[in-house]
Amino acid sequence: MLLNRFIPCLLLKGESLVKTVKFKNSKYIGDPINTIRIFNALEVDELIVLDIEATPLNKEPNYNLLKEIADECFMPLTYGGGIKTFEQAKKIFSIGFEKIAINSALHYNIQLATQISDVYGSQSLIGVIDVKKSFFGKRVIMSNSGKVSHTGLLIDWVRKLEKAGVGELLLTSIDSEGTWSGLDLDLIKEITAISKVPVIAHGGAGNTNDLVCGVIQGGANAIAMGSMVVYQKKDFGVLINFPDQEELERLTHKKK
Amino acid sequence: MITIIDYGLGNLGSVQNLLKHINIPCKVTSDYNEIEDAEKIILPGVGAFDHAIQRIDELNLREVLIHKAKYDKIPFLGICLGMQLLTRSSEEGELQGLNLIPASTIKFKESTGLKIPHMGWNFVKENTPSLLTKGFTTDYRFYFVHSYKVVCDFPINSILKTNYGGDFDAAIQNENIYGTQFHPEKSHKFGKQLLINFSNL
Repeated sequence: MLLNRFIPCLLLKGESLVKTVKFKNSKYIGDPINTIRIFNALEVDELIVLDIEATPLNKEPNYNLLKEIADECFMPLTYGGGIKTFEQAKKIFSIGFEKIAINSALHYNIQLATQISDVYGSQSLIGVIDVKKSFFGKRVIMSNSGKVSHTGLLIDWVRKLEKAGVGELLLTSIDSEGTWSGLDLDLIKEITAISKVPVIAHGGAGNTNDLVCGVIQGGANAIAMGSMVVYQKKDFGVLINFPDQEELERLTHKKK
Repeated sequence: MITIIDYGLGNLGSVQNLLKHINIPCKVTSDYNEIEDAEKIILPGVGAFDHAIQRIDELNLREVLIHKAKYDKIPFLGICLGMQLLTRSSEEGELQGLNLIPASTIKFKESTGLKIPHMGWNFVKENTPSLLTKGFTTDYRFYFVHSYKVVCDFPINSILKTNYGGDFDAAIQNENIYGTQFHPEKSHKFGKQLLINFSNL
């Protein structure tokens, strides 16, 4: 029985850990290493670390910090942010991360996905799809931390990513991110219905029920969580925490 | 001292980190002579079968690895792709494996509606008792990421089974040679226990 994964998704900005709302208004959460130590002690399923300013500021990944993170973690690790070349990916893998997540670069160079998956396997590559609703309610694919929009249908982009060698999708609803208002189940259903690879749904999870809905109703294989694992409650202070794993296991498997 | 084989593919950093954390001395090398002197070997691996075999052959390590495992009979552990390399062949590639355990590597069937790769935490159950899995209980779970699975010729070589669209061989053993499809170095306390068991062999 494969367990669904519940994954803290942590945002880096410089040397700090931050949390955003709808990809904006980043607030300081704390020191990344201390936070990650806590998640390691809590034995979380997996961790995703995204550097949200690497692409917008055209910066290299912060390898030193990533090395420190990898040294502390005994669970699977994903890094995303600013990866444009095979060489950069290689460096991140050699540090001890087993997956990298890419969005922007794939829009300009889809070959990068094939290059990476040919050598490291498709399981090592997460295609990041950030989605935002336009003024007219149409879903638009975004990149560059929500700053650049792309034309084309979501379904076509998913197929293209899979064909290029992406082994997993990180699907973020920008409109829900940081809002605690629940996951965008329609979006998740749309993607899980067509994707051949596992889908990590992200954006809006505020409580255990949201996580269970994402898995049971949305069909997601994994849920990434931001606000609910770094804040005590909505509009409350910072508190690194994780929902009860046995309860999650029970709830996500009983209903299947 | 555990010698971790560096052939340019694999999560050396994380294996090393975990061993350090549980105070087990280790070194990382691709040097023929150092491997020849090894007391215990871990063969990690992430990526494609043929690419890995090519790297091993380019570094001229095939012979020494086989010698250490088969004739010196030192404890030898292949992790993930490293386990698949211990088999004779893989549907992922055309090159010959190290052929240290009577088994072959095949692709998960997509027709069953399963998402491939098999990725995430899954439970293991004992098939054949082994020192590698000493102390394991039914709640033991491990982190898996793989699109291909190993099938042992003989059930006795399968020490742990995991269910994903049917049971498959999650850990295998042929005398002193072991393989785990999952990543102990990424499996918290469960993986620590396994690596402690390995270091005690």
